[in-house]
Amino acid sequence: MQIDLRTVTIKPLRQTFDNIARRIGGDKPASRYQEGTLDMQQTANFHYRPTWDPEHDIYDASRSAIKMADWYAFKDPRQFYYGAYTMARAKQQDTAEANFDFVENRGLAATLPESVRDTVLKLLLPLRHVAWGSNMNNASVCAYSYGTGFSQPHIYQAMDQLGIAQYLTRVGLLLGDVESLDEAKRAWMEDDTWQGLRRYVEDSFVIKDPVELFVAQNVALDGLLYPLVYETIVDDVLSSRGGTAVAMLTQFMTDWFAETRKWVDATVKIAAAESPENKEVMARWLSQWRDRSASALLPVARIALGNRSDEVLAEVVQQFNARMAKAGVTL
Amino acid sequence: MSTVFLALQTNEDTRPIIEAILQDNPSAVVDEQPAMVKINADGRLVVRRETIEEITGRAYDLQELQVNMITMSGNLDQTDDEITLFWKS
Repeated sequence: MQIDLRTVTIKPLRQTFDNIARRIGGDKPASRYQEGTLDMQQTANFHYRPTWDPEHDIYDASRSAIKMADWYAFKDPRQFYYGAYTMARAKQQDTAEANFDFVENRGLAATLPESVRDTVLKLLLPLRHVAWGSNMNNASVCAYSYGTGFSQPHIYQAMDQLGIAQYLTRVGLLLGDVESLDEAKRAWMEDDTWQGLRRYVEDSFVIKDPVELFVAQNVALDGLLYPLVYETIVDDVLSSRGGTAVAMLTQFMTDWFAETRKWVDATVKIAAAESPENKEVMARWLSQWRDRSASALLPVARIALGNRSDEVLAEVVQQFNARMAKAGVTL
Repeated sequence: MSTVFLALQTNEDTRPIIEAILQDNPSAVVDEQPAMVKINADGRLVVRRETIEEITGRAYDLQELQVNMITMSGNLDQTDDEITLFWKS
């Protein structure tokens, strides 16, 4: 008996779900990100309003002053859905573990100049509390905002910030000990240096508008804090004073900020481009929170930069303005 | 002019790559076969890293293409930014 093998092409009857096809213009293969994001959030048949907020539906676009014709206009340029996100972070976690191992095994922590170690403990450790604040804020944005395209990246951001707080804790335990963490908590609660920033973080906890909270936390605060502390102080100033080992321990933060700012910029751009009203609201929030965040960060910058702080911070703010101008909001 | 082609496996990884190639090579023709996508072009086919990065939203190393590449034809010129298939005249 002879058997002929031949290939048969079986055309799938449809490439993707109808709701996705309507959004991407026809029945084309859709990416996992599109299928895991578009129209995920429930929009109808909310039988009861939440007892804790009878003014709104459980998912309600009117919680924000930003108005969008379609909240799924927001897209994450990194295309993170659960799978892509966890795989990307697992890879970064491996790198971070390797860096910590490298510093520990070669005793690099012990070779740090005393002044550098002191600066790191004073500057970085209280930032654990800021990262925890960001975790709270981003979880809140995810809970109260509208549309999966906007809300989804916020829960990833929340988890990232929790990770950053944990890395900072490990830096503290590596360069100091448990008392260093207690001391940092005391500084955060009592020292004048930190009260401006602590006030900023605590005030942001009560912002009700999810998009404003996104601006206050992810754009204005992180947009100045990360370039100032990680890109400038750790990577340049401390490295030139013999603190390269510290830059290895905070590599995740530097890489993470470079990655997430793409998403932040895209989000600001889409919100502002929607309408002149949105643009005006965004510009108002941005300049208001930027000014608060800059003045809160100034005493923190002084820990490492001394009298160069004003100059460096002004430079960081200028870069921030240029970044926002590129996203379509002139400040 | 003769045809150059690139054949890739059909999967989640290659979909944005194929989209990028079609964007950069308007004259390219897609031939979808079972589990394989063959892209034919007259004389010249360019794969650009930047376009793939724009579509996937992450950094891309052109070497990653090898994982999903079944076969190709043409002379190959590869840099960090571009893979070009062409026939030397």
